[in-house]
Amino acid sequence: MFRVASDELNSRVPDGPLQEKWDRHRFDLKLVNPANKRRFNVIVVGTGLAGSSAAASLGELGYHVKAFCFQDSPRRAHSIAAQGGINAAKNYPNDGDSIYRLFYDTIKGGDYRAREANVYRLAQVSNNIIDQCVAQGVPFAREYGGTLSNRSFGGAQVSRTFYCRGQTGQQLLLGAYQALMRQVATDKVRLFPRREMLDLIVINGAARGIVVRNIETGRLEVHVADAVVLCTGGYGNAYYLSTNAKGCNVTAAWRCHRRGAYFANPCYTQIHPTCIPVSGDYQSKLTLMSESLRNDGRVWVPQQQNDGRAASEIPDSDRDYYLERRYPSFGNLAPRDIASRAAKERTDAGFGVGETGLAVYLDFRDAIRRDGEDVIRRKYGNLFHMYEKITAENPYKVPMKIFPAVHYTMGGLWVDYNLMSNLPGLYVLGEANFSDHGANRLGASALMQGLSDGYFVLPATINDYLATATLPRVVEDHPECTATLTAAQQRLNQLIGINGSRSVDSFHRELGLLMWDYCGMARTKAGLEEVIPRIRDLREQFWKDLRVPGSGTGLNQSLEKAGRVADFMEFAELLAIDALHREESCGGHFREEYQTEDGEAARQDDLFSYVAGWEFQNVGEEPVLHREPLNFENVTPTTRSYK
Amino acid sequence: MSSDKLNLTLRVWRQSGPEDHGGFQTYKLSGVSTHMSFLEMLDVLNEKLIAEGEEPVAFDHDCREGICGMCSLMINGQAHGPDRGTTTCQLHMRRFTDGQTITIEPWRAVPFPVVRDLVVNRSAFDRVIQSGGYVSVNTGNAPDGNCIPVPSSTQETAMDAAACIGCGACVAACKNASAMLFVSAKVSQLATLPQGKAERSQRVVNMVAAMDREGFGSCTNTSECEAACPAEVSVSHIARLNREYSKAILFSDT
Ligand SMILES: Cc1cc2nc3c(=O)[nH]c(=O)nc-3n(C[C@H](O)[C@H](O)[C@H](O)COP(=O)(O)OP(=O)(O)OC[C@H]3O[C@@H](n4cnc5c(N)ncnc54)[C@H](O)[C@@H]3O)c2cc1C
Ligand code: SF4
Ligand code: FES
Repeated sequence: MFRVASDELNSRVPDGPLQEKWDRHRFDLKLVNPANKRRFNVIVVGTGLAGSSAAASLGELGYHVKAFCFQDSPRRAHSIAAQGGINAAKNYPNDGDSIYRLFYDTIKGGDYRAREANVYRLAQVSNNIIDQCVAQGVPFAREYGGTLSNRSFGGAQVSRTFYCRGQTGQQLLLGAYQALMRQVATDKVRLFPRREMLDLIVINGAARGIVVRNIETGRLEVHVADAVVLCTGGYGNAYYLSTNAKGCNVTAAWRCHRRGAYFANPCYTQIHPTCIPVSGDYQSKLTLMSESLRNDGRVWVPQQQNDGRAASEIPDSDRDYYLERRYPSFGNLAPRDIASRAAKERTDAGFGVGETGLAVYLDFRDAIRRDGEDVIRRKYGNLFHMYEKITAENPYKVPMKIFPAVHYTMGGLWVDYNLMSNLPGLYVLGEANFSDHGANRLGASALMQGLSDGYFVLPATINDYLATATLPRVVEDHPECTATLTAAQQRLNQLIGINGSRSVDSFHRELGLLMWDYCGMARTKAGLEEVIPRIRDLREQFWKDLRVPGSGTGLNQSLEKAGRVADFMEFAELLAIDALHREESCGGHFREEYQTEDGEAARQDDLFSYVAGWEFQNVGEEPVLHREPLNFENVTPTTRSYK
Repeated sequence: MSSDKLNLTLRVWRQSGPEDHGGFQTYKLSGVSTHMSFLEMLDVLNEKLIAEGEEPVAFDHDCREGICGMCSLMINGQAHGPDRGTTTCQLHMRRFTDGQTITIEPWRAVPFPVVRDLVVNRSAFDRVIQSGGYVSVNTGNAPDGNCIPVPSSTQETAMDAAACIGCGACVAACKNASAMLFVSAKVSQLATLPQGKAERSQRVVNMVAAMDREGFGSCTNTSECEAACPAEVSVSHIARLNREYSKAILFSDT
C-alpha cells in the first residue's frame, strides 16, 4: 500500500526553552533591508484569514504581492462563515488562563499529535491578534463597561473566546480584507479574484510561480515570483457533504503535492458534533450550529429506544443527558471528537431522534427558563434564525435536532517551524497546512491559527528565505512555466473531451458517501482495505464517463467543479491509506480496533507518535511515508480525560 | 403528489457571455421538495439540464449559509426573493406554492455587469472599500485590546453596520442602482468606533467619490435597499453617512 522512507523530516524547531524559542528564532532569522524588499515578488494564493492577513502584512513590509482567490471578491473566502469565536490567552476574566494553559489545552485537545514548539508560539501570538483586530475596528462583543467579553468553547475550563455575535469569522476576515484593500490602494498588492490555481511552477527545485485559470474568461495565466504562499483552506469537501463552503477544495494543495510537497496526516479530519441533520438526497451542504451553543444548550436523547413522544413530553427522568453523564467535569463542552463519537454511539444504539433516527437534541429549555428568551436571543439570535430558516422549527420552543458532520481538516501540507513546506519557497498557512492542531482541533483555534500564521509568523520567517536563497530572475515564458501551463491546459481539454453521461456532482456525491461510510467517524482495517479499491474504480469511471457541458472559454462552472473533483478522487485514496497505516485511535481518527473499555480513543504512542508526511509518486502508485517524530519535552502525553 | 412536493415553471435569464444580449428561457421542474433551499432547487434543474445535454444555469454561491454574500438573484422581481432578512441561499422552497411560475434574473445594475446567466461582476464594491473603507493601522504594535473601553451599545451599533455581507442586493433593489446602504454601512461602523475616528472625514469623502466614480446612482430615500438587505442593515446608517459627509465638507481644510 505504501513504502517507508528511512529519513526523518526536519521540523527546524529552534533550540532553547519552549518559552524563548520564538523570540530567539526571530533574532536569528536574516532580515531583508527595507530598500531591498521592493525587489521581491510574493504570490499569495487564498484570501481567507491566513491569506488576507499574510498578503496585507507583506504589502505593509514593502514586498510586491499578488493575491489570488476563486471568489469574485477576497472578502468571500470561506473564513467568512466561522461563527463562534477566536481564542486568546488574555486572561481578561481572571479565571486562571495563561499562555501556558492555552498551549497545554491545545496540545492535549490535539491528542498529543502536534508539535510543542508550534503550539506554544500560537498561544504566545494569540494575544497580539486580538489587539491587532481591535485596532482595525473589529467590533468584538463588549461588557457594559466597555471591556472585551469572553465565552467558553469546548475542551477548555476557562473563558478565553472572543466573538462578534455569531459572525466572528466574518468580522475578522473583513478586518483582514480591509487591511488588504488598503495595500491594494497603494499598489503594493495586486488583486486577482476569480482565479483558480491549477498548478505550481517549480524551477530548480524551488517554488517560483503558479498557473491559474481566469474563471470569467477561461484563459490560463502564468504568474512568477520569488516565493509562493498557499492559504487555500481545508479539504473537508472530499466528503461532499460538509459544513464547508461549496467551493472549498484540495486542488491547490494537491497540485503542490504532485509537484513534490509532502502531505501530512490527511486522515485527521474533524467531525463537528452540532450540525443540522441531512434532510434529503438533494442536500448540497450541511450547516453548522456553532459550538458556542453548547455553553447554554444541553445535549440529550430519550432513555428509551424509539421513544415516539415529542421532546416536550419527555420528562427529565426519561432523558439521557449523555455528555453530562459520561463527562461530568466538561459536560456539554466536551471536545468535538468526543462529543461526535458519543452522538454516534447513542444513535447507533437506537436512541436517536427525528425521522431518520440520525439526530440528537440540543435543548435550550433550561437556559431560557434561567436567563429568559431575550438573553438567549442576544447571544445566539442569528444562529436560531438560521436554524429556523432551514428546518422550519422554532428552537426557542422545541429543542434543536443536531448530528455530527465533516467540518475541518487538521491534516494538510507538511511545513517546518517557518511554515515552509519541503519545497523551498513554498509556504503553507492556515487550514491548508497541518501544523498546530494535531489529531483534533479545539473550537475557536482555527481563526487564531490562520491569523497567527498570516499576521505574525510568515512576515517574520519569509525574510530569512528571501535574504538567503539564490533566486535567479524567472520570466513568464521560462520553459518550466510553459510546460506547466501546457499540462494544465491539456488536463482541462481532457475533462471536457470525456463527453460521458454523468455529471460532476453525481461523482462527487458518490465519492463523499464512500468517504463518510468508511473514513468518517469510525474506521476499521477491513473497511479501509475495502474502500481503497472502490475509490480507484470510481476514479476510473470518472475519467471515462464524466460529462462537462460547454467549452473551456468563458465561465464554465461544471469545468471548475470537474477539476476539483478529479483532485479529490486522487486525494481520497491518500486519506484512506493514511487512515489504514495509522493503527491507533487519536483525536478525529478513530480506529475501532483501538479503543479503551469505555469506548475512548486508545493511542499507540510507542508506534505512532509521529507526523506522517506523504510523498507523491504517481496516481495509483504507492506513496512514500516520511516521518517526523514528535518529541514532548514539556508535557507528558497521557490518556486524554474529560471526565 | 404529496403536499410537500411542488411543480414549478421557471423563467430563467440565460446569457452566454458579457457581450450576448440574453433572454428568458422557460423550464418545467416537477417534484420539488419544499424542504429544499432555493439553490438546491437550481442544482436539481442543472442536473436535469446536464442529463438532457444542455448547459447548466450559471449562478454564484459559496457558503450557502447567508454570510459570504456570493449568492444573488432577483426572484420574481425581489432581490434575494420574498423573505425579509434572508439571502437566496437561505430561502427555502416552502415559501413557494405548487404550480407557481418563478422568474429568476441576475442583479441588474450598470456597475455590476453580467458575466454569464445569473452571475455578475461586483468588483466595484472592492474598489469602493479600497478608497477608504479601513482603519490605517499596520500589523504589529497595536495597543492592548482593552486600553480603549467601547461601551457595548456603541459596539452593538457598529456591529449592526458591520454585518453587511457585500452582496449588492441594495444596489439591485434600487431603481437608481445606488450603493448608499453598502457604503454607509462601512462608514458608519468605522465612524462609530473610536479606532476609526481619526480618518472619518477623509474616509467618507473618498468613499462617496469612489461610489460615484463606479457609476452607482444617487440615493432618493425610498428605502428599497433596506427592505432587500439580507443583513438587515438599517437606512439610519445612510443618515449617519450624510451627517458625516456634511461635517467633513463643512470643516475640511482643503
Ligand atoms: C461553518 C464553519 C464555522 C467555523 N467556525 C469557526 C470558529 O468559530 N472558530 C474557529 O476558530 N474556526 C472556525 N471554523 C474553521 C475556520 O473558519 C477555518 O478553518 C478557517 O477560516 C480557514 O481559513 P483559511 O484562511 O485557512 O482558508 P479559507 O478561509 O478557507 O480560504 C481559502 C482561500 O483560498 C482560496 N482558494 C482555495 N482554493 C483555491 C484555488 N485552487 N485557487 C485559487 N484560490 C483558491 C479561496 O478563494 C479562499 O480565498 C469554522 C469553519 C466552518 C466551516
Ligand atoms: S447593505 Fe445589505 S444589501 Fe447592501 S451589500 Fe450590504 S448586506 Fe447586501
Ligand atoms: S451563498 Fe453565501 S450568502 Fe448565499
